[in-house]
Amino acid sequence: MSDWVIEARGLRKSFKGQPVLTGLNLEVPAGSIFGFLGRNGAGKTTTIKLLMGFLKPDCGDARVFGLPAGDSSAGLEIRRRLGFVTEDKEMYPDMTVEQIIRFTRGFYPKWRVDLEQHYLTLFDLACRKISDLSKGMRSRLMLLLAISHGAELLILDEPTEGLDPVAREDMLRELVAISASEGTTIFFSSHQLEEVEQIADRVCIIDDGAAVVAGSLDDLKTQYQRLRVVFAEELRTPVRWGEGVEHVRQDGRTVDILASGNVEAIINQARSFPGASVERFPVTLKEIFLQHVRSD
Amino acid sequence: MIFYLNPSTGQPLYLQLMEQIRHAVETGALKAGDQLPTIRKMAEDLVMNPNTVVRAYRELQHEGIIELRHGSGVFVSESVGGRTRVTKKAQTIVQSALDRLADLGLTEDEIRRLFENELAQHRPGKASGGDHE
Repeated sequence: MSDWVIEARGLRKSFKGQPVLTGLNLEVPAGSIFGFLGRNGAGKTTTIKLLMGFLKPDCGDARVFGLPAGDSSAGLEIRRRLGFVTEDKEMYPDMTVEQIIRFTRGFYPKWRVDLEQHYLTLFDLACRKISDLSKGMRSRLMLLLAISHGAELLILDEPTEGLDPVAREDMLRELVAISASEGTTIFFSSHQLEEVEQIADRVCIIDDGAAVVAGSLDDLKTQYQRLRVVFAEELRTPVRWGEGVEHVRQDGRTVDILASGNVEAIINQARSFPGASVERFPVTLKEIFLQHVRSD
Repeated sequence: MIFYLNPSTGQPLYLQLMEQIRHAVETGALKAGDQLPTIRKMAEDLVMNPNTVVRAYRELQHEGIIELRHGSGVFVSESVGGRTRVTKKAQTIVQSALDRLADLGLTEDEIRRLFENELAQHRPGKASGGDHE
């Protein structure tokens, strides 16, 4: 058994000759809240479908709970142990909330009535018809269903999409609470970098079907720094900066550097120029994201 | 005690939380033996990752500022009293230095930059010029 709840190695998938995943690696540790980021069309939804066993990879290996996701009997077991909340929140509009709960409960022997009742009250969902629910309430209903069947892993495809700021904060608070109280691993895709920054402890940014940045968010924020070097006079030849420099912009005597590591050595290098001063600034997830995916 | 984090400053959240707790202890807002919220409560109140709270608490425990007592919660260490006295002493030194700098006509920003520059120069190991990988 590996320590990863989700583990993917070299995943490749093409549709009609168009590559969507081009060798994706993914490692999601148990108990983490994992933010999965990328532009539209980067391959996020395809990845989720592969993990759920709804699609088979052309090549590579995807495991959930250590089980092969592409295998049909393992896929069944995987889907029983995880909860899935999709982007498109259409579901049986004619049913009431109680009816869909009863309907869903039938599939899961380990249904948690305590959690069901807790979230029914907390989310104020009792005695309502699904067609009358707002978008935010539907997300909560899907979350209630996913949590109540005792999911060890929640896979959420843009869980806060279309929610107003209050509903969004409530949703984030619930995810944090579930993670803290049940130890549930949460894997969610999102375009809202601020919310990922707020609740995720790990992130993966994918671009063109492969991971371009992955790791602990706190570690990334420590490694990435922006440096502003002001030289005593304008440089006649550009500096050959050491390792870790991702991006350099020069304006007269001022040079702006985005570094992804090795910051102390870069600062020492800058200070080796007589009269140079260096200031350092923290880098946000948005800056890291833009640096790695904007190029095309 | 009310804590406030800003996820979009770029500063790691566990460091922000550590700094605020440390500051609360140094200024005496939190005293030896005071109880801090549980990991779950802190995570829910601040809407932040529980693992990040764990990381902040662990590091503060390592620094001897708080104690994690199994089953009963998180408390400010009994040993922080001495540290608070040192901080109080340091505060008067900084205050008198600030007064003198202000007398020279320096602005707040200028003082801050000077301080940061001097601190950076002062960093141990800096002069060796060695590469840390």
